[in-house]
Amino acid sequence: MTGLVLTGAARRARIAGRSRVALAIGGSIILAWVAIALLWPHLVPYDPDLQDPLRRFTPPQAGHWLGTDQFGRDTFSRMLAGARPVLSVAPLATGLGTLAGTVIGLVAGTLGGLVEEFTMRALDAVVVFPTIIAVVLFVALAGRSTTVVVLVIAASFTTIVARSVRAATLVEREKAYVEAARLRGERRRSLMLREILPNLAPTVLVEATSRFGDAIFAAATLSFLGLGQPPGSPEWGASVSDNRTWLQLAPWTVLAPALAIASLVVATALVADALRHRREAR
Amino acid sequence: MRRFLLRRLAAIPLTLLVVSVLVFTATELIPGDVARTILGREASEAAVRDLRSQLGLDRPLPVRYADWLHGFLTGQWGDSSTLRVPVRDLVLGRLGASLLLALLAFALLVPVAVTLGLVAGVHHDRPADRVISVASLAFGATPEFVTGVVLLVVFAVRLRWLPASAQIPPGATPVQALGHLLMPALSLVLLCTGYVARHVRASTVTAVESPYARAAELRGLTRVQVVRRHVLRNATIPATSALGVQLQFLLGSLVTVELLFNYPGIGALLLRSAVDKDLPTLQTTAMVLGCLYMLIFLGADLVYRLLDPRVRLGSAS
Repeated sequence: MTGLVLTGAARRARIAGRSRVALAIGGSIILAWVAIALLWPHLVPYDPDLQDPLRRFTPPQAGHWLGTDQFGRDTFSRMLAGARPVLSVAPLATGLGTLAGTVIGLVAGTLGGLVEEFTMRALDAVVVFPTIIAVVLFVALAGRSTTVVVLVIAASFTTIVARSVRAATLVEREKAYVEAARLRGERRRSLMLREILPNLAPTVLVEATSRFGDAIFAAATLSFLGLGQPPGSPEWGASVSDNRTWLQLAPWTVLAPALAIASLVVATALVADALRHRREAR
Repeated sequence: MRRFLLRRLAAIPLTLLVVSVLVFTATELIPGDVARTILGREASEAAVRDLRSQLGLDRPLPVRYADWLHGFLTGQWGDSSTLRVPVRDLVLGRLGASLLLALLAFALLVPVAVTLGLVAGVHHDRPADRVISVASLAFGATPEFVTGVVLLVVFAVRLRWLPASAQIPPGATPVQALGHLLMPALSLVLLCTGYVARHVRASTVTAVESPYARAAELRGLTRVQVVRRHVLRNATIPATSALGVQLQFLLGSLVTVELLFNYPGIGALLLRSAVDKDLPTLQTTAMVLGCLYMLIFLGADLVYRLLDPRVRLGSAS
């Protein structure tokens, strides 16, 4: 009833083919946005902050491809400029969270015993604490700053990454090569860093890619809530928030940044999913 | 089962204690002297000191924490410092509104996600599965305010089918009220469906390929019969735990969706009280939301255990 049942090599080939397509599409969209984030000053047709009171709410047309907003600023230029804040917060938060999570998960998984028990229970307690409440509390108390946003997002990732790295470590720990290294008399430190860690690379890579998508999601959402980038910033979440007052009059000012976010997160999700399938197909 | 329940119930006060300490210290650390804020910059140092002792702010932190926790537990939640109304009325009213929205979203989410997951699982590795999988991946990755804004542009601005604000005007009929809630609920559903559908799909694939499903098929049952009698239960039970996770996720998303659609819910209240530094409201809202999270966590676990006889009988722990 499952139709053509693919097994073994044929199935793997099919998954590999599909994941290649997903990787290519997702990867090129991400690369395009990264290039825009780096080079936008050379790419924009107008200064994103240039106000033109005579051309407020211009609908999309030649000259202003995506129209203008309530100050007559060019929506297309602002959309390109908005890539930079998003793509500076997301990689930083992802890197920090993945690093911390990998260290915690690896140490807890390798050492086992009380250290592991304590660490995992502590992580459980943190996971139960609703992230959004924590974020709102922290940003309210520490004030709005990019550093706070990066740290808050990184902290929420640490627990997730630590759990899956620890799970993968537990699997690796039981394998013969670790046993062999242990019998050779390798120290725990080198066991962790030279034996187990390299074999965790696929897990960490998949985690980091998924978290990267989540980081873009979180950074844009925080800006939308008024807790990330300040109002008036071309950042996508902040733009949607600023322009939604004029939704009826100028829907393009909201749609452009919204679709920019969507393209980047969907591309990241495609890449993460393809990497996960590849790892599972191995 | 009873031991499990007791252990989980015992864990609740412990977790809430941790949450309360975090909420209290976080709000205590918010910069700014409350007494100075109330009296203004011109007030004398002595007047500020008097008010501080009147408000009990000069007592040590642990004492104030114990006092505050006692107040929270006995329902003395004080007055909002910016809106000048009792926090209890404010929080409970908003909580009701949020639960209405969340329940509507959940009521839409379950049938949609289970159907999509079943269809994808039964037709796995075929076009229907690919379309459902990629779509749920895409919507699951997109922030709810992005899908919400696109829904607004399409259904409120272009087609004018639905009102742009989720605020239900007084005296609206249930149908009109539903119209106001539909778009916010839909943006929540789009966000959460993918995750649940993927779980249902995975367990459907396992169930469809299982010996009992094959045997049923060989006995001559039609595909619909096999799915209804043998696959459905085995595919949906494991997804219950995914539903619990999503319900928590859904509560978190309320903040964004309520802001986008101007809905007077508890998420919007949390955000407003944090931005306005309305401490009594912020503390209570955070605690009430924390309790709600905990209850959902427990509820989802319970439902899962009640539905699955293997777990219920305690053979798998």
